[in-house]
Amino acid sequence: MAQDRYVCTICGYTYDPKQGDPDGGIKPGTEFKDLPEDWTCPVCGASKDQFEKEG
Amino acid sequence: MRPVEIKKDIFWVGAVDWSTIDFHGYSLARKGTTYNAYLVKDEKITLFDTVKAPFCEEFIETIAQVVDPAKIDYIVANHLEPDHAGCLARLVELVKPEKIFVSPMGKRSLEAHFHPQGWPVEEMKTGSTLSLGKRTVTFIETRMLHWPDSMSSYLAEDKLLITNDAFGQNLATTERFADEIDRSKLRAAMSAYYGNIVLPYSSVVEKTLAAIQGMNLDIDMLAPDHGLIFRGEADVRYAIETYLEFAAQKPKNRALVVYDTMWHSTEKMAFAVVDGLMDEGVSARAMHLKSFHQSDVMTELMYCGALAVGSPTLNNGILPGIAGLLTYMKGLRPQNKVAAAFGSFGWSGECVNILKNLLTDMNFEVVEPQVKVKHVPDKDVLAQCVELGRTLGRALKAKL
Ligand SMILES: [Fe+2]
Ligand SMILES: [Fe+2]
Ligand SMILES: [Zn+2]
Repeated sequence: MAQDRYVCTICGYTYDPKQGDPDGGIKPGTEFKDLPEDWTCPVCGASKDQFEKEG
Repeated sequence: MRPVEIKKDIFWVGAVDWSTIDFHGYSLARKGTTYNAYLVKDEKITLFDTVKAPFCEEFIETIAQVVDPAKIDYIVANHLEPDHAGCLARLVELVKPEKIFVSPMGKRSLEAHFHPQGWPVEEMKTGSTLSLGKRTVTFIETRMLHWPDSMSSYLAEDKLLITNDAFGQNLATTERFADEIDRSKLRAAMSAYYGNIVLPYSSVVEKTLAAIQGMNLDIDMLAPDHGLIFRGEADVRYAIETYLEFAAQKPKNRALVVYDTMWHSTEKMAFAVVDGLMDEGVSARAMHLKSFHQSDVMTELMYCGALAVGSPTLNNGILPGIAGLLTYMKGLRPQNKVAAAFGSFGWSGECVNILKNLLTDMNFEVVEPQVKVKHVPDKDVLAQCVELGRTLGRALKAKL
């Protein structure tokens, strides 16, 4: 299981699959690649393609 | 404007805007504002931020009272919004600075604003340092406080943190320090500023302040780019604690009843909702949207744990003013509110459902049932509105 974290290149928010995004309706354990295409950064609203893998 | 030496060899050189009430096109700064910029006289003469474009010439004259502007070596642009970077191009042309320092996001922002040719721009990440001679600046990125490019500059030897928009207040004054004005006026200005600019990034406020505390910086002055400067450890603590309180958005025992009305039916309903809130011992304020600006409503909401919204139905929708208010409110992402909806109608009555959906969409806990009335409320309907106020009041008190 990869559980890679992804960082928003606009605001620095980190998507952690372990936590998911409960306020955005994303259950813990959801991989970044499995997020819906219309999911957006909960902090700044950036689209999924603005995220980069952490590291 | 007279420069003011805020620390040895560090000067406030900003501009006081006494008369611009429209702040950035979406909120009102009813008491005017200031655009603060800071000039440091050291081996490298350094300017932190500029001011809004109409004040460029005045700004250059203010700087000239301290030092010949042509002698400025470095310019730091903590944020590229035009109220602070509005004179950047003019200054670059006049000063020909050796370097311009911005955050990494600031570099993108600067390019998109100025499309510069050959400016000596250098990116400073969190923790990057810059020696000015006797003193060293440490840069701290404060992304989303309130733009991605936002940055603070820490001058360790002076225990000074220049915070850009964070901790700002829209107050045009001759005073430069927070301890020189009435505290309740200061707090009101801080909450109006927070509620209309910083509020959506409250979680970022908490994280950023925790990160800054984790850096163990010795700070005895916080210098924002609008309004008054917090000097002394007690006032620095006051500013930080006030921000943490605002960010937490703990519900308060107070309700806002905001409405618009065509023939006063929805207004009568609003006053009955207020009565119901009073019955439950909840302090309440009614605001007719035609008498108040959307930013006044958001400022009031800073003090409230409950919100009731009233609009009549107009052509199968809600009144455009209320729609605009709720669009503005949604973007500001207020948290931890209970809400209610009411309104009158002529024939179709979509208003309360539309309001309910908009409030639910903002994660407000909406109480049932909404109250709507065809044309003019009678005693029974007004009693239902009183009951709606009571229900809302009880839902609020359950959260306190
Ligand atoms: Fe700004
Ligand atoms: Fe600003
Ligand atoms: Zn983001």
